Amino acid sequence: MSEKIATREAYGNALVALAEQYPDLVVLDADLSSATKTQGFSKAYPTRFFNMGIAEANMMGVAAGMATCGKMPFANTFAMFAAGRAWEQVRNSIAYPGLNVKVVGSHGGLSVGEDGATHQCIEDFAIMRAIPGMTVLCPCDGSEMAAATEALLNYDGPAYMRLGRLAVETVTDSIEGYHFELGKGVTLRDGSDVTIIANGMMVQAALKAAALLQAEGVQARVIDMHTIKPLDAALVLKAAAETGAIVTSEEANIIGGLGAAVCECVSENCPVPVVRHGVADIFGRSGKAEQVLAAYGLTPEGIADAARKAISKKK
Amino acid sequence: MEQNKIRELSIIAAKSRILGLDMVHRAASGHIGGSLSCMDIITMLYNGVMRIDPSNPQDPDRDRFVLSKGHCTPALYPVLAQRGFFPVEALEMFRRVDGHLSGHAEMKHVPGVDMSTGSLGQGISAAVGMAMAGKLNKKNYRVYTVLGDGEIAEGQVWEAFMAAAKYELDNLCAVIDVNGLQIDGKTADVMPTEPLDEKLEAFGWKVLKADGHDFGSLQEAFAEAKTVKAQPTVILAKTVKGKGVSYMENVAGWHGKAPNDAQYEQGKQELEAQLKELEAH
Repeated sequence: MSEKIATREAYGNALVALAEQYPDLVVLDADLSSATKTQGFSKAYPTRFFNMGIAEANMMGVAAGMATCGKMPFANTFAMFAAGRAWEQVRNSIAYPGLNVKVVGSHGGLSVGEDGATHQCIEDFAIMRAIPGMTVLCPCDGSEMAAATEALLNYDGPAYMRLGRLAVETVTDSIEGYHFELGKGVTLRDGSDVTIIANGMMVQAALKAAALLQAEGVQARVIDMHTIKPLDAALVLKAAAETGAIVTSEEANIIGGLGAAVCECVSENCPVPVVRHGVADIFGRSGKAEQVLAAYGLTPEGIADAARKAISKKK
Repeated sequence: MEQNKIRELSIIAAKSRILGLDMVHRAASGHIGGSLSCMDIITMLYNGVMRIDPSNPQDPDRDRFVLSKGHCTPALYPVLAQRGFFPVEALEMFRRVDGHLSGHAEMKHVPGVDMSTGSLGQGISAAVGMAMAGKLNKKNYRVYTVLGDGEIAEGQVWEAFMAAAKYELDNLCAVIDVNGLQIDGKTADVMPTEPLDEKLEAFGWKVLKADGHDFGSLQEAFAEAKTVKAQPTVILAKTVKGKGVSYMENVAGWHGKAPNDAQYEQGKQELEAQLKELEAH
């Protein structure tokens, strides 16, 4: 484990770092550039940055129009407004024609903290995943985010990526052989009793949960599933077969997101108990991010509890 | 405009009206009323305004067209077919599950369609994006879009209007097909959108007015739009919904309804008489 950096920060840095190499990259924002961290790009490349104002629907359509002319637009706002407010524009103007637009939702999940439920998007994985052909991802740390941003620049098609507000520990840089590939999960820790499949900042929590479980003699495998769609079915099924129980963990509603994707995959191909850990189909609330996360059980202890439950269901 | 050119355009539009009516009747569904109202506008664009090459529909330097009122494919598809983007016979596949001519405009499979549209209010934003990309790429293509006056009620349209003014998109020309009707009745009753001229001016647009069924008037407006600098242009085109078919004219009920066989025969006879009249002179 090394430095702490928010994935939004790492993303903003990556945009600047990659701008010269990808001259068609353009960045749009909806009056949140200081929060989404596209501000660095706006200052370094002002002619390639477009502040579209508090008008997310139009921003998505503009990005679509630009993509038809060969640009590579990254359209940024909070997850709530990218996935929520502008869902139908993303669906009809971007995904349906298969345009090369990257929709980037910052401040996903409960870790928004003080701003409360109106800004804590917990549905984005579910509703973006429901769009045909949409790639959906949520990298876990700064190092992975940088790789994911470049991978999206090399992927020609619509995608949604969630960024987080909080500074989080970088964990993927110390994993031997770590390699980022869209649609391929990464095994961060091996284990044979249960598998924890997580994304976003729940990956760090999952690693801590695995350490808690180890103290009890339980060997938990931890998979960083940065890409929710397309899901790395082979890795999920291997874990199902080898460990016999799965916990999914996400900073999102347990309905429709990563947990649902894993359940669909496992139940159709290799049924084993799956316990979905996440936001239990309730709205968030105001509070300091860590306190809100704790209040909703989005903690290493919460994941460890879910793991014990999953193991107890093994036949 | 020369009489010969007016005659040529009138004939293309008359043929397109017949083809559009055929499409909707054959498919037993589709949006004929609004298609007949914007038929002359789209005919004008593809036969005298836009710089396009049907043999190279993806030319990066081409002018772009976005049918923001994306349901009016019975206008767009016949005009594209007659212009040579695809065979006229292909129109028979309109709305068929075994074909690609979907009910609303579709860019992936239909040559000449620059943007998939259909969900109202979204096309204008894509047109703004195309115009912004044109400026960024230092291309001198122009972008055209046609909206319905009912569509203007979508809030996204006004977001797009603001953005077009902010970025001084003088390479963008929008046409509002002002036929005064929408599905549920008169636009003035359902959700009043007038005064469009004052609103658009206040939003920073150059506002021009035209008779949407007069090619001379339309051409003049499009020519003037090309001379406007540092702001986008909108042409408020006064039109008649259902234009050309007597029983459809100015009747909101013909927004999204297909004619039955008897209605179709009558409509076709009327449109063919109009074509014959044009060809005789």
